[in-house]
Amino acid sequence: MTDKTMTPEEVVARLHSGMTLGIGGWGSRRKPMALVRALLRAPVTDLTVISYGGPDVGLLAAAGRIRRLVAPFATLDSIPLEPHFRAAREAGAFTLTEIDEAMFMWGLHAAANRLPFLPVRAGLGSDVMRVNPGLRTVTSPYEDGETFVAVPALHMDAALVHLNRADRLGNAQYLGPDPYFDDLFCEAADSAYVSCERLVEPGGFADAVPQTLLVGRHSVTGVVEAPNGAHFTSCVPDYGRDEPFQKLYATTPWDEFATRFLAGPDEKSYQSAVQAWHEEVR
Amino acid sequence: MTDSTVVISRAEYCVIACAEAWRGDGEVLASPMGLIPSLGARLARRTFAPDLLLTDGEATLVGADGAAEGWLPYRRHLTMVTGGRRHVMMGASQIDRFGNQNISCIGDWAAPTRQLLGVRGAPVNTLNNPVSYWIPRHSPRVFVPEVDMVCGVGYDRAAAAGARYHRIPRVVSDLGVLDFATPGRTMRLASLHPGVTVERVRAATGFELTVEDKVPYTRDPTTEELHLIREVLDPEGRRDGEVRR
Repeated sequence: MTDKTMTPEEVVARLHSGMTLGIGGWGSRRKPMALVRALLRAPVTDLTVISYGGPDVGLLAAAGRIRRLVAPFATLDSIPLEPHFRAAREAGAFTLTEIDEAMFMWGLHAAANRLPFLPVRAGLGSDVMRVNPGLRTVTSPYEDGETFVAVPALHMDAALVHLNRADRLGNAQYLGPDPYFDDLFCEAADSAYVSCERLVEPGGFADAVPQTLLVGRHSVTGVVEAPNGAHFTSCVPDYGRDEPFQKLYATTPWDEFATRFLAGPDEKSYQSAVQAWHEEVR
Repeated sequence: MTDSTVVISRAEYCVIACAEAWRGDGEVLASPMGLIPSLGARLARRTFAPDLLLTDGEATLVGADGAAEGWLPYRRHLTMVTGGRRHVMMGASQIDRFGNQNISCIGDWAAPTRQLLGVRGAPVNTLNNPVSYWIPRHSPRVFVPEVDMVCGVGYDRAAAAGARYHRIPRVVSDLGVLDFATPGRTMRLASLHPGVTVERVRAATGFELTVEDKVPYTRDPTTEELHLIREVLDPEGRRDGEVRR
């Protein structure tokens, strides 16, 4: 069996400028932040990012790495509006493909099922159709004859997700209340990288409730052990969102934030800088 | 009826007006966005709409006492939407007289002056399950002749799109309740919260509102409802932070 463990640096070495990158989680919840931070340390840019957007989008947008964003929203949850996403969008820093949450989900399903599109009762009548002139509709071939939006598959070159536990083969487990869409992200991508709070050794899932084993190894290319790797987003039950730090992120000028927390050589330097900040403000 | 000596706040009328949105809905998920709609949904669940389903705000369906009774992660939540067994009360940064709603951005979408949340699930919500709205500050900036980006679909566009499951039961604001019970499916003043005048609502609305000769007042809470709001659901009085006294 193949040991797929990697470092964050080995993951981003496999990513390149211009690619389409899916990022799992939802808003400011269980985002693969350690992998995003590794991406920020690498010269990868010109990305098409597909995400139920949170600070992953804010960070990459602020750093000027996004060429096109495909998303139904970007939010920090407890802080409704993502300030760095907003600033970049208002500055015209990237192209936006804005689609509805359900359209997005069916786009993931389509890609995971190798379908060019799936029909959705969403989008019609709204300006989603106006701002995405490439969207097409399909008519039901049955008696009802209803018209639907044909949501194109959200196929990705690579996907990044973060789960609570994973083994070295790429099987991964979520322990929180919501799987989000992380399994679909992995299945919709040519390659997928899973970071996790803790690696379990062979046999470590013997007592697992089977339906918590969300991501299957057949859809995973690499596994990264990254404790606190979703910081500052939530990764329950391992930890909740770091609200004070998120507030700092949302209220600090980007350059200042990046210099203090993101300029170090690795994830460890980020985690140390965060710890130092917490001790300072305690 | 409540004791006539009890002073009921505007926020409490808003809670009642929001709760009433779910009356008669049966066994559907009440999805309130924001504090006052949330108090309304929980009040309805504890009184006249006992079959309503509620969540803990994350992925758990909970009973009136907060105990878990089911699992509703985002992907299943979206199935509730498209299956129609849900009635959401959303917010709106802008809304027009047909009920078209915007939470995406202000200004030209291609180069917005203010980026907001994004369309979120407003397009799928409005085409599949009843959608009501809660506007904590009724003003001409929110009630606009034309929204900048149609996220939630209004009656005119729903009709043009042949949307078979579209319905906007009501729009609750801090001034009153609005609905679309007019021949042209345009917004009508359905009730005024006590203390508010028709003139005040008109001045705060950026389009012509249908106003009938006699506009009723939003009903008073019962003694039990007032007790639930004040002592059980919101003992810290957070409602007054959303709608000031």
